[in-house]
Amino acid sequence: MTDVLNAIVLLGNFVLVPGLAYGSQLALGALGVTLIYGILRFSNLAHGETMSFGAMITILVTWLLQANGISFHPLPTALLALPFGIIGAVALCLIVDRLVYRYYRQQRSTSSIYLIVSIGVMLITGGLIRFIIGPGDRKITDGERFIIKARDFKEMTGLNEGLAIKTTQGVTVITAVSVVAFVFWFLGRTRTGKAMRAYSDNEDLALLSGINPERVVMIAWIMTGALATIAGTLYGLDKSFKPFTYMQLLLPIFAAAIVGGVGNPIGAIVGGFVVAFSELIITFAYRKVFMYLLPDEMAPEGMIQLLSTDYKFAVSFVILVIVLLVKPTGIFSGKLL
Amino acid sequence: MTQTHQPTTTAQSRRNILLFGIMTLLLCFVGFVQSWNVTFSLLNMCLISAIMALGLNIQWGYAGLFNVGVMGFAALGGLAGVLVSQAPIPAAWAAGGAGVVGGLITGLATILAGLAVWRRTRMRGRQRHWLTGLTVLVGYTVMRMIIDPAVSAIEAIDPARAGFLGGAGMPIIFSWAVGGIFAAAVAWVVGRISLGLRSDYLAIATLGISEIIIYFLKFEDWLTRGVKNVAGLSRPVPYEVDLNKSAQFQEFASSIGMNVIDASSLVVKISYAILFTLVLLVILWLSEAALRSPWGRMMRAIRDNETAASAMGKDVTSRHLQVFVLGSAVVGIAGAMLTTLDGQFTPTSYQPLRFTFLIWVMVIIGGSGNNWGAVLGGFLIWFFWIEAEPMGLWVMDALTSGMPDGHWLRMHLMDSAAHTRLMTMGLVLLLVLRFSPRGLIPEVKR
Repeated sequence: MTDVLNAIVLLGNFVLVPGLAYGSQLALGALGVTLIYGILRFSNLAHGETMSFGAMITILVTWLLQANGISFHPLPTALLALPFGIIGAVALCLIVDRLVYRYYRQQRSTSSIYLIVSIGVMLITGGLIRFIIGPGDRKITDGERFIIKARDFKEMTGLNEGLAIKTTQGVTVITAVSVVAFVFWFLGRTRTGKAMRAYSDNEDLALLSGINPERVVMIAWIMTGALATIAGTLYGLDKSFKPFTYMQLLLPIFAAAIVGGVGNPIGAIVGGFVVAFSELIITFAYRKVFMYLLPDEMAPEGMIQLLSTDYKFAVSFVILVIVLLVKPTGIFSGKLL
Repeated sequence: MTQTHQPTTTAQSRRNILLFGIMTLLLCFVGFVQSWNVTFSLLNMCLISAIMALGLNIQWGYAGLFNVGVMGFAALGGLAGVLVSQAPIPAAWAAGGAGVVGGLITGLATILAGLAVWRRTRMRGRQRHWLTGLTVLVGYTVMRMIIDPAVSAIEAIDPARAGFLGGAGMPIIFSWAVGGIFAAAVAWVVGRISLGLRSDYLAIATLGISEIIIYFLKFEDWLTRGVKNVAGLSRPVPYEVDLNKSAQFQEFASSIGMNVIDASSLVVKISYAILFTLVLLVILWLSEAALRSPWGRMMRAIRDNETAASAMGKDVTSRHLQVFVLGSAVVGIAGAMLTTLDGQFTPTSYQPLRFTFLIWVMVIIGGSGNNWGAVLGGFLIWFFWIEAEPMGLWVMDALTSGMPDGHWLRMHLMDSAAHTRLMTMGLVLLLVLRFSPRGLIPEVKR
């Protein structure tokens, strides 16, 4: 019996807990991608850089707070700085929309043109980020490191395996749940949210019923900027902040959005967790789990790992390919807000 | 639009000559100010960039396909450079050759079996997914069981110098063709999966495959030595050292009044430039011929109105697949040439900004749909990509000259000057898209 518990705790420690945190980050990122797709109808390749930009502002403000001795103990100081990051990223999104995307909206450009334009925005934002904060690695985590330490857990339960929950993981999940709840409340219950859904569903009908398209677009960008910053900061807190990694996140984020069905917010959330858990389940080495579950003489020799962790990004790609082959519209048939 | 062969207007062709003239002057300027060695290094990279841009232009300009994975196809070309030119390592083949080949065959068989099961189980509803999944999982496990010991055996053999299977030991120039074939094969698979769906799916799929190719090259040490890199690839042109030693060459160098070291490195670069120019001209000629042919007209018809073209009986998806494979092959050729020029294969050097998005900037700025435009874009953008760094540094220096030495802002700006070129590229891209969306050399209306 203890062996079974040990195996469960082992999986919980290395798959469930990190999967929940990573899945929340991806879900928030994919939600932003899906919002822009639903309202502006293009795949925003600059989304990774928006996340990075918001996280960068948050880090700069965090440093300022830390320098002045302000902290949010036991929680990371970055949470206090998060609103500033959101303001920064939202400002960036709105300025870019005003200067760049609005013109193409008026021209009624095709989605491919938008895609190239978003590459331009991505390059500029990426350059700006590297210009301001540099390309290096930044660790910003402070406050209490763990909610439960592995050793305390072992002492409490008397098991061999420990279950550690990092503060950042807890913060990530709680923040993500509240943000997602807010987004769904907003889209489902408020007038503006309903207007956005109507606009996403049928642009012409929405215009006929007097919805102001510029306002809808503006709110979409505000939400995207905020979501991107939260996702980016949480990712940066959990792992570490490095401008380059946010570009690599594009692939899992888009995979998440497509798996769920692009343009569908529930799909984005589900997709985020599907991608995150697949990544962890496929790259986890099951050797110890089998050692607990099987009698000693049957203990496996190899690592029992389906794919080495080097290829974790390949997992999102394979998921993407399977979805494209089997159900191109995604699990929740996309394009509905 | 009704005429099939409306020649370019004289004003336009004069403008084109002027643009290419300016480009030549820029390169010559570097020759006089910095050195001719720098000019020819730049020129060689410009030529390779131009070929990559041609490849992307075939996809985007001819057919409107959105390939965000140029990096991956270029890296496949680089892999070809290693696999063709490196000498085979018999000890490694003896240790794990059979296992690797057997494993790869099992892998291929797994994919085929998976497809077969998927096709045969149409009537089975939900079971279909499980059956296919199970087939693939079993096949994959068998493959790993065969290949894993072989891989560790290979990587254990002389890891400091070898640790991989080596290549075919042929002249590296063949790798240019092989690189094209590698890239084309991968492009075919990616295209089969993602073409015919919404246009941005191809973008995401290529973005993904390019990352995975790079990861594969980084971590499959048995094939590529991974991050240990493969250095000292053979060359299609003479080595500087040999030239320096030859009495004939020393005489030649003194007759043109240069010292031997400079002259030899210049001669090597010029030889590369000649080879690259030949390849560029061949590809350019083929592309132009294709664009003028009925095939080119069909591609434009498909690009401009897919619905109409398919109503006329054109098979849009398979034409797209064709053009996607062709364009990727050209990128693969350029990738192999790049590795040849570098003389080494470094998987970590492949960065999406440099290998994918920069090429996009080249095509858009040069003029999508026009091959000459792509070539000009390749030259111009590469030139500024390299020269923007010293220029950025100079601008920062000038801007902050009023500040005291060692002022934090001045230090920061000087340190970050290198990143201004990313911003510059993005800015140029947006400005061209907005104010001159057809690029420097616009597509010719035929």
